[in-house]
Amino acid sequence: MTGEQFPTSTSHTDAEADAPPMYTVFLVDDHAVFRSGVRAELADEAGLRVIGEAGTVGEAIDGIVAARPDVVLLDVHMPAGGGVAVLRGVLDRVGPDSERTPVFLALSVSDAAEDVIATIRAGARGYVTKTIDGSELADAVRRVAEGDAVFSPRLAGFVLDSFTGKSTAPEPPLDPELDSLTRRELEVLRLLARGYTYREIAEELFISIKTVETHASNVLRKTQQSNRNALTRWAATRHIG
Amino acid sequence: MTRTEVEPVPRLVRRDGGRVIAGVAGGIADHLGVDVFRVRIVFVVLAALAGAGVAAYGLLWFFCPPGKDTEPPAPGERRQSLGLAVLGLVAMSVVGFAASGTPAEYLVPFVFVAIGASLVWREFDSSHRTPRTPLLTWTRLVGGVVLVVGGLVVIVVAGDRSFGGLNTTILAVVATLIGVVLLTVPLWMRMWRTLNEERAARIRNAEREEIASHLHDSVLQTLALIQKKAHRPEEVARLARSQERELRAWLFGDPAQQRGSLAAAIRSVGAEVEDAYGIEVEVITVGDLRPSDARDAKRWSALAGATREALVNAAKHSGERSVDVYCEVTDEQVEVYVRDRGKGFDPELVDEDRQGIDKSIRARMERVGGRSRITSTPGRGTNVALTMPRGDGVPVEESSAYETPAEGARAADVPAGTGEDGPGTAEQSQADRQPADNRKVR
Repeated sequence: MTGEQFPTSTSHTDAEADAPPMYTVFLVDDHAVFRSGVRAELADEAGLRVIGEAGTVGEAIDGIVAARPDVVLLDVHMPAGGGVAVLRGVLDRVGPDSERTPVFLALSVSDAAEDVIATIRAGARGYVTKTIDGSELADAVRRVAEGDAVFSPRLAGFVLDSFTGKSTAPEPPLDPELDSLTRRELEVLRLLARGYTYREIAEELFISIKTVETHASNVLRKTQQSNRNALTRWAATRHIG
Repeated sequence: MTRTEVEPVPRLVRRDGGRVIAGVAGGIADHLGVDVFRVRIVFVVLAALAGAGVAAYGLLWFFCPPGKDTEPPAPGERRQSLGLAVLGLVAMSVVGFAASGTPAEYLVPFVFVAIGASLVWREFDSSHRTPRTPLLTWTRLVGGVVLVVGGLVVIVVAGDRSFGGLNTTILAVVATLIGVVLLTVPLWMRMWRTLNEERAARIRNAEREEIASHLHDSVLQTLALIQKKAHRPEEVARLARSQERELRAWLFGDPAQQRGSLAAAIRSVGAEVEDAYGIEVEVITVGDLRPSDARDAKRWSALAGATREALVNAAKHSGERSVDVYCEVTDEQVEVYVRDRGKGFDPELVDEDRQGIDKSIRARMERVGGRSRITSTPGRGTNVALTMPRGDGVPVEESSAYETPAEGARAADVPAGTGEDGPGTAEQSQADRQPADNRKVR
């Protein structure tokens, strides 16, 4: 996943064009080596400051609640509940809609769809794999900090699979608004799975980048709230939702 | 990708410390989350129905392992349930006597045999038993044996008249055998359980050894290679990536599900090009399918082959080190996109080599009923789109049901039949290699 994976923010440049906003970042990963690697990579990035890190679920919840970062980079796999436990712990303590609730970006080597979907449904705003390079990671952090969703191609593939695939179990009563994707959202999601950036998608579909972002956010919301079997089953295995 | 684990229901185990007779009723109550008194009542009622409750109790006693609880039952509960047990046995005898006319000389000894057997079993049963005086244990054992033997003798003697056809000696032998079996059941069960536990331990051990040997063969070897080649970053990255892929497949892959599927073939093509050309190939698949027959398999192999050519093309000419592959299986068709962000080319001014690749991809796809489209903009990269309809117009189910007509129709659709065998078989062997790899890794 090298190359221009996540486009630099272009649509948020109205007032703070010359002074880009400063975002604080908190790292959660049970491997100290990996944390120091990410810290070093983000240190070179303007506009991002790492203000804390933690290696266990308990430390992470306490640290995040105390430090109140803008963005938490969250490992999916950790002993004692993993990223999902951290997400739930922090949201329980801080409340999901408080002004200073951090946003979460999952950062993982996990390939298992259930882990990724469970983390998204617990409240993460995006998922990127650990092989992502420094500048792409920084872009992804800025995006989630500004309220966008970050879909790596792999996450887009998982989400597509769960919305388009046929489930063997009978579906519960589905809300057409929440449990299915519009044609446009599907198009955007397909292009994300094919590795397109938001800018490239906008060009391909002749729409504005802002519109692409809106579609992506809607897909994320539906992924988090839908009752479709494919999504709830994964959540159930992790005791959430 | 579709694991359906739910929280496991707790296993049915008998109460051990908290047992009154064998802990069966208590175990069932714990398992189902109901009141133990109701379970006992159900057993009593069942016992009245031709002794079904007694038989069920005995069988559950055999087949449920004892639990780990240690808390003894309250004295009141013990009295109450012993009373219920007696009530059950009495109910069985009375109802049996009144309803089915079974003579009392069978019923009463049978009850004694049951009591004797349960006395003996109970003494042998518990795994971590509370220390008791040997005198009490022996009294119970001897009492149990006497009850069982006595009961059987009475049955045989009383039955002398009714089993008139049978020799008394044979009857006595059979009764002795039954007695021995009844009295030694706990020993057999214990032996059987120990055997099972040993086997489970052996399996666990074998699994651990397999994991260790796999890590040694793959991860440790790769780490050693990486240390040797530390001065060649590209080689290190290639090694790390291919090892990562292999380890992932081993950890998360489900060989039974993947073997021979289209998504698996596309992924293995991506992996192969990644290894051969040292580029990064990100493969995303949505949905999956399995070929319905050999001819169908050829079509999907051709699609995988065309994907590989597109990937090789990107690796050789794009100048870009990363390529995205996206494969989506829908109800009507399969689409594969191979995309790079490299230098691209002007379709008007392509050189011979590129044209050749374009043609060969197109020929491959069209021969088996698919389509291909290559778009490229200089400086912006190249996009290869491959489309293959599913089922060739013939629904997959029908084609397997009416083998011969479908074969004929397909053959007519593909006039260039001679030319397709060469590459076709090559693809076939390619697709076959994936399962073999999996087997090696597992």
